[in-house]
Amino acid sequence: MISREEVEHVARLARLALTAEELERMRAQLNAILVHIDALRAVDTEGVEPTSHAVPVVNVMREDEPRACFPRDAMLANAPDRSGEFFRVPRIIED
Amino acid sequence: MDLQRPIHELTAAYRRGETTPSAVTEAYLARIEKLDGRIGAYITVTAEEARATAAAADRRYRDGTPLGPLDGVPLSIKDVFCTRGVRTTCGSRILERFVPPYDATLVARLAAAGAVMLGKGNLDEFAMGSSTEHSAFHVTRNPWDLSRVPGGSSGGPAAAVAGGLAAGGFGTDTGGSIRQPAAFCGVVGLKPTYGRISRYGLVAFASSLDHPGPFGRDVTDAALLLAAAAGHDPLDATSIDAPVPDYTADLPRGVRGLRLGVPDEYFIAGMDPEVERAVRAAIEVLKGLGAGVERVSLPATPYALATYYVIAPAEASSNLARYDGVKYGLRVDGRDLVDMESRTRAVGFGAEVKRRVMLGTYVLSAGYHDAYYGKAQKVRTLVRRDFDAAFGRVDLVVAPTTPNVAFVHGEKEDPVAMYLNDVFTIPADMAGVPAVSVPCGFTAAGLPIGLQLIGRTLDEATVLRAAYAYEQATDWHRRRPELA
Repeated sequence: MISREEVEHVARLARLALTAEELERMRAQLNAILVHIDALRAVDTEGVEPTSHAVPVVNVMREDEPRACFPRDAMLANAPDRSGEFFRVPRIIED
Repeated sequence: MDLQRPIHELTAAYRRGETTPSAVTEAYLARIEKLDGRIGAYITVTAEEARATAAAADRRYRDGTPLGPLDGVPLSIKDVFCTRGVRTTCGSRILERFVPPYDATLVARLAAAGAVMLGKGNLDEFAMGSSTEHSAFHVTRNPWDLSRVPGGSSGGPAAAVAGGLAAGGFGTDTGGSIRQPAAFCGVVGLKPTYGRISRYGLVAFASSLDHPGPFGRDVTDAALLLAAAAGHDPLDATSIDAPVPDYTADLPRGVRGLRLGVPDEYFIAGMDPEVERAVRAAIEVLKGLGAGVERVSLPATPYALATYYVIAPAEASSNLARYDGVKYGLRVDGRDLVDMESRTRAVGFGAEVKRRVMLGTYVLSAGYHDAYYGKAQKVRTLVRRDFDAAFGRVDLVVAPTTPNVAFVHGEKEDPVAMYLNDVFTIPADMAGVPAVSVPCGFTAAGLPIGLQLIGRTLDEATVLRAAYAYEQATDWHRRRPELA
C-alpha cells in the first residue's frame, strides 16, 4: 500500500502541486490501481527478455549534413515569457 | 446532400462532376454548425482553411487532374497532431493556446493528398481515457445515443464520422483509442502496425505504444486513408522502412483459405451477452464465406491490462515532463522555478492526466523500477510471444473489440472500471500488430457492436481483406444514426 508520505514524495518528483484533498484521493485511487497491477507478480518471467518496443529498434543513422532548422522567432512565439531571444524563467541562482 | 456516403463514392461523384469539394465542404461545415453543439466532436473548426483547400481541389477536378483518392475529402483530425498555424490542444488546458510552428508528417501527407481538414477532433486529455469525457473543453456525445459516450480517447473523429460531421478521420491508438470508439460509434477503425504511420508531430503519450490510424465509414475508406498516411519517415526513428502496398488491391479476394483463430481469453465472464452473440455470429459469417476457424489461446491476455497500466503511465510521466511552463503552453507563476512548474502542472493537467503521471512516476521511482516497470516489460514479451505463436497457426485472430457497448456519461467514475474497457484492445498495442474494428451488429437498444480482426506485423492487407469480405456479406456498415 502506498502511504500519504509516499504520495507527497511522488507528487514532488512529478512537479505537481496537489491539494490536501487531491493527495488523499490520489492515495486511494493509486492503491486501487496498484492492487490490480500486483497481479503481475504471479506471472513467471524467469529468463524472459524485456520488451521496450513492439518493433525491434536499433540506432538509426543518417549523414551528418547541416539542414535548415526552425527560425528562432517561430520557436519563441509560444513562450509564456521571453526576454529578447531567450525564454525567461524565475531566478534559479541565489545572489 | 448525402454527407454519410463513403469516401470512395464521394470522390467518384467529384470525378463525374456531380458535386465539388467546395460544395461538400460547405455542407459539412453547415452540418457541424447545426449539430456539433450537441455532439461536441470538434475542439477547433478550421472553416477558412478548409474552404481554401477545397477550392484548390475543385480546380484540379475541373482540370481532370485530381491528386488521388483523397483529393477534396473532408476529414477530422484528432487534436494531438500538430498543425502549423492551427492551435493543437491535446484536449488540455496546458496547451490551450499552443500554435505549432510545423505540421505532423501525417498532416503534411494528407495535405499533399489534397484532403480537406475540417477541424481538430475532441479527445480525452493527452489521449488518456476511454470515453472522451476527460477533455478539458467539453465532452463528446455518441451520435447513436446522445446520453452515451462515443468511446475514447479518439471520440471526436469517431463521432464525426458516425454523425456525418466528416467523411473520414484520423486518431491514435495507444491502448484501444481508435478501435474502441470505432466499435462504440459503428464505424471502421484501423490501428496499423507500430511504425507504419509516422509519429513525427504527434504529441507523445506513450511512445512505444502510440499508433496513428484512420476512421472510415467502410473498409475501403480505411484502406484508402491508411495508404495515404503510411510509409517511412526519416523524422521518426521508429518508422518502418518498408514499401506501402495498394491496400485496396486485395480487398475483393475473399477469405477462402484464410485461417482464423478465436482466442478463448477474449470471451470472458461479465461481458455483454449481446456483444458475445454478435461476435460469434460474425465468426459464423466468415466461416460461411470459406474461412477456416479454430480456437487459439493467448494465455498472457489477462495480464495485458495490468502491464499496460505500468508501461503507458511510465512513458507518459516521462513524456509529459516537458510541460514545465517554460517553452510553450500555460505558465502559472510561483515563488521559484520548482514552485512555478508545480503550480503550472497542477492547474494545466486534469485529474486523469495527474493520476497517470503520478502512477508513472511511482513505478519508475527508486526501489520500484524493477518490481513494476521491469516486470511489466517482461510480461509484454509474453504478450508478444502469444501472438507469434498464434500466427504460426492462423492468419488472423478474431475477437470482440470491447466487452461492452457504449456506456452512459458519468457511469464509470472509478478509474479501474474505465480501464477495463480496453482489455481486448491493449494486447495488439503491446505487440504492435495491426488490428481493425468493423461494425458487426447492434444491441436491442440500437447500440453498435464491433468485431476485431488482428493480423501479423505489417499484414494490414489481410486484416482489411477479411474485414471487407465480412462487410460485403452484411449491411451493418450502411446503418447511420438519426440526427435531426
